[in-house]
Amino acid sequence: MSDVDERPTTRRIPAPGQNLESKPFWDAAKEGRFLIKRCTACGEPHWYPRTLCPFCHSSETKWEESPGEGVIYTFSVMRRNTPVPYAIGYVTLDEGVSLLTNFIDCDFDQLKIGQRVKLKWSQTGEGNPPVFTFTPA
Amino acid sequence: MSIKGKAYVVGAWEHPLRDIPHLSTAQVHAECAKGALEDAGLSFDDVDAYFCAGDAPGFGALSMADYMGLKLKHTDSTETGGSSYIVHAGHAAEAIAAGKCKVALITLAGRPLGSRSGLGDAATRGERFRMAPQGGQGGGINEVPEAGFENIWGGTTHNTYGMCAMRHMHDYGTTSEQLAWIKVAASHHAQWNEHAMLRDVVTVEEVVNSPMIADPLHRLDCCVITDGGGAVILAAPEVAKSLKRPLVKVIGHGEAPKGPRGGKNLDLTYSGAVWSGPPAWAEARITPADIKYASIYDSFTITVLMQLEDLGFCKKGEGGKFVADGNLISGVGKLPFNTDGGGLCNNHPTNRGGITKIIEAVRQARGEAHPKVQVPNCDLVIAHGTGGSLGTRHGAGTLIMERE
Repeated sequence: MSDVDERPTTRRIPAPGQNLESKPFWDAAKEGRFLIKRCTACGEPHWYPRTLCPFCHSSETKWEESPGEGVIYTFSVMRRNTPVPYAIGYVTLDEGVSLLTNFIDCDFDQLKIGQRVKLKWSQTGEGNPPVFTFTPA
Repeated sequence: MSIKGKAYVVGAWEHPLRDIPHLSTAQVHAECAKGALEDAGLSFDDVDAYFCAGDAPGFGALSMADYMGLKLKHTDSTETGGSSYIVHAGHAAEAIAAGKCKVALITLAGRPLGSRSGLGDAATRGERFRMAPQGGQGGGINEVPEAGFENIWGGTTHNTYGMCAMRHMHDYGTTSEQLAWIKVAASHHAQWNEHAMLRDVVTVEEVVNSPMIADPLHRLDCCVITDGGGAVILAAPEVAKSLKRPLVKVIGHGEAPKGPRGGKNLDLTYSGAVWSGPPAWAEARITPADIKYASIYDSFTITVLMQLEDLGFCKKGEGGKFVADGNLISGVGKLPFNTDGGGLCNNHPTNRGGITKIIEAVRQARGEAHPKVQVPNCDLVIAHGTGGSLGTRHGAGTLIMERE
């Protein structure tokens, strides 16, 4: 019996649910490409990705690769009722859309609104796509 | 008054496909909506009311409304199985007749055959598909359009409301001490409620020194978890006047969902109350300054602060100053709130506090609140709530009542 503490040190993120509309996003994620959707009619990007533009309601939306860089809009560190603390928050991408995510590989006590962050994929298990977590840039 | 001749069916469209292996369930709802709107010669921007039943993926009408980018004054997710949409048409006519909305959209869509792709309704829904939809999970969890992108991050009520508080503090300088005053006021009221779960009066220091749950919310910023329940009865004036109870009438109502809205200009510092409040005030023909007592949904202290601002009890960003120094304590401050102790101290039956907000407002209007917290001459009261999460998708409801 080992006296090493083998409790996990980071939250295990579950595999994302998929449907026919979101499958292209997760297929690209498996190839390490982070996609957002942009409407070709009004030019606006949106998140989460939809076929129908939520702004002008055109069906002419297309996938576009994003470098996954932006700033923290807000966050909260969950400290109770969880095996390990974790940080949830919104990132506003440089493209102008905000998305919900987790912050990883950082000191949660040092997180700041407005801080620059970048995409860092997190694995969710064999055969599953990785998910778009963020870490300080 | 009746609905006769007060509303017209202006658009109708049936999806042409009988096997849809290539679309999500949300897409099929949206295609149906688009078809009916085009038939009518209207656009999504004209829609101000949305009706759906258990086949709509997500949480009531909130997920599909946000998916379609709708800006709404009225929603209804009455579930009566296959007859739901006929019931909805009647409810839509009622809402239009009452001036609550002008253009109501009703959708139905589902893909029970879609399992062949491995990503259809039946694949994730299983046996439930053959039963009446359970409401809230039409097509299974994977068909909730935002689910795969949002449900993986460990979002809870605590940390999603925490995110709102964090940003409110950043933008407006709101402090934990100011938020704590909301709990302090609730505890002052709860001490007189023999049924309250927490009856001890607490101090600002005790709140801010309680354990951090989800930054910046402490344990005492959170509501209680309780069993329980409540019921409310509304009746026609002639019935009300035949009874031996004080006359408390509804004089104004408003409702609105709010979501991330495509991620553009995300602002978590305000709630749907910015849209549910104005029609309620206009219908009642009063202003916040006229209100003698307010029941304000208090899932967390930040919930109260944001809703007070959004309803117009103070300017945006000045909620912290407004709630401080006992301003919400009955007999002490200018706006007595949640005199039963609210969700923060009294109860929060099955994690839904809307009905208890109405109940205490009615007690106050009747003059039947506890004598230690009863507001004198309490003729105008408000009950306001937020459901879902302020940090993702929520629905706001505002009800203004007057004692005759």
